[in-house]
Amino acid sequence: MALKKHIIDLQVVSVEALGERFVLLKCTDPNAPLPPMMPGQFAQLRVDGSKETFLRRPISINFVDAKQNQIWFLVQLVGAGSRALGRLKEGDTLNALLPLGNGFSMPVSAEKKHLLVGGGVGTAPLLYLGAQMNLMGMRPTFLLGARTKDMLLQMEDFQRVGDVYVTTEDGSAGEKGFVTQHSILFKQHFDRISVCGPSPMMKAVAKFARANSVPCEVSLENMMACGLGACLCCVEKTVKGNVCVCTEGPVFDINELTWE
Amino acid sequence: MANLSTSIGALQMKNPVMTASGTFGYGIEFEDVVDLTAIGGIIVKGTTFLPRQGNDYPRMAETPSGMLNCVGLQNKGVQYFCETIYPKIRKIDTQMIVNVSGSSPEDYARCAECIDALEDIHAIELNISCPNVHDGGMAFGVTTEGASSVVRAVRKAYGKTLIVKLSPNVTDIVSIAKAVEAEGADSVSLINTLMGTAIDIEKRKRMLSIGTGGLSGPCVKPVALRMVYQVAKAVNIPVIGLGGIASATDAIEFIMAGASAIEIGTANFLDPAISAKVAQGINDWLDAHNIASVRDIIGVAE
Ligand SMILES: Cc1cc2nc3c(=O)[nH]c(=O)nc-3n(C[C@H](O)[C@H](O)[C@H](O)COP(=O)(O)OP(=O)(O)OC[C@H]3O[C@@H](n4cnc5c(N)ncnc54)[C@H](O)[C@@H]3O)c2cc1C
Ligand SMILES: Cc1cc2nc3c(=O)[nH]c(=O)nc-3n(C[C@H](O)[C@H](O)[C@H](O)COP(=O)(O)O)c2cc1C
Ligand code: FES
Repeated sequence: MALKKHIIDLQVVSVEALGERFVLLKCTDPNAPLPPMMPGQFAQLRVDGSKETFLRRPISINFVDAKQNQIWFLVQLVGAGSRALGRLKEGDTLNALLPLGNGFSMPVSAEKKHLLVGGGVGTAPLLYLGAQMNLMGMRPTFLLGARTKDMLLQMEDFQRVGDVYVTTEDGSAGEKGFVTQHSILFKQHFDRISVCGPSPMMKAVAKFARANSVPCEVSLENMMACGLGACLCCVEKTVKGNVCVCTEGPVFDINELTWE
Repeated sequence: MANLSTSIGALQMKNPVMTASGTFGYGIEFEDVVDLTAIGGIIVKGTTFLPRQGNDYPRMAETPSGMLNCVGLQNKGVQYFCETIYPKIRKIDTQMIVNVSGSSPEDYARCAECIDALEDIHAIELNISCPNVHDGGMAFGVTTEGASSVVRAVRKAYGKTLIVKLSPNVTDIVSIAKAVEAEGADSVSLINTLMGTAIDIEKRKRMLSIGTGGLSGPCVKPVALRMVYQVAKAVNIPVIGLGGIASATDAIEFIMAGASAIEIGTANFLDPAISAKVAQGINDWLDAHNIASVRDIIGVAE
């Protein structure tokens, strides 16, 4: 059953800069409890106050704090739209269409070992995924990659939720190199891998998963206009032909994709 | 409460606001966030006789106050529509209209014939103006002969309300409108997207997979409005206006230019509930000006 979608005027509770290139937005619905949302789903955020941008911006659900009725978005400042989101202030309104897309598969049993791999801002949906696993009595393993130490985000939050391993390209934290080179992959067995990050990274992890016969899901970031399955702009080639990432994804089993 | 009802040939609508093909799916994608019954008509995705995969990704680029797309008519074909989609949408209390495309007059006609058999669909919109497919589509819409040949073939196969959607990528849109009127079209809708492109300067490459795409959104509104005004003056069939409509004010401009109904496209992406808001906004404006019916303002602009 698909979760009901809503258009909500969220209110910004806090805006925290994480280094120079990322912003953590915490928002609430001042009028009602936030609707149910699944890890891996996303929101289409309306960008106001930017002359250059026109369409909404798809941003993952980073975390949902049910007690405080808060939803978090982790935004990388790349262009005009994300920068406008980064300029929001406490008390501002942020119009969101959510929750959209299909989330990650949840583990069927608490005994299974689940590895969550994130790169760059792609770590965003994994925090909520890990937190939901905690509610099911599981403690997942995170493998997070970044270029340098100061681009590793929300580390305390991740450590609260699971066991965290890290790689950086310059060796400033954790093991030096890419996530697919980390020793944990060769020391431990995992029953399932969930990945979100830059596409070369996801492809490398998918290759590792396939070689080791581990089920693996990846979250794609195709450009979107509507986010509702109406415009057909966000398509990805799959074994079933062109499908919309916004409705059939953004999370896909790697066997559905035509990646080599 | 003003009277918002309007008609396009034999097609009766509770209000003049429709959603444009390719921007509103089959309607049901939006049902969580907008009351579909508050919309006058829903024009569903472009449908072809045989299934089409459409163009490769990337299919869109954002532009100032608009966007380019080159979706290329991806759809599962008319048979899939009739068997799988139609049963889900036939009872929605609004006019459900199918947008039909093809690669030859016969192809259009076969598709239209299948839809003619569907009891709860009272109109089709012929897309003779899609800029994003190589085999046909716009090729028909840019000459009077091409446009006439498609409408002639479809008119024989389709007995209900026939709307023909015109391309703005022509030198003289009025002559095309007159040509399709002469072949028995019940209405013309305009405009489809304007052909354009965008370049990624770092990659030194055009941003769309096939190089070009159709421009839509508020940036095209002045062009669309001018064309609607010209065509409405020249033909005797009802005109449906679209292109960049994003508010009740925009909609009223098109109606005053001569449109009996309007369509909302790209604005659905910004606010999926916009169509119902525009219908309400037209009502509020009429009430505030003590105008009894929306029909009283069709074509009143000097
Ligand atoms: C399902 C989904 C979830 C996402 N989750 C997050 C998230 O949690 N946090 C986050 O910071 N970003 C996320 N993104 C990416 C984010 O949507 C884009 O970075 C954003 O739209 C760029 O907008 P802009 O105006 O800042 O940049 P633009 O000026 O539009 O573009 C700047 C650069 O970003 C690239 N870009 C534009 N749109 C996208 C896109 N949709 N995906 C990837 N690159 C893009 C452009 O090619 C360009 O190089 C997600 C994307 C999707 C599809
Ligand atoms: C993503 C997208 C897909 C479209 N697909 C179709 C289509 O299948 N058939 C059609 O006749 N028009 C199609 N159009 C054109 C619109 O119906 C409309 O004519 C155009 O976008 C101008 O209106 P607007 O500015 O309100 O969007 C499409 C437009 C967009 C943006
Ligand atoms: S973004 Fe419109 S169909 Fe996916």
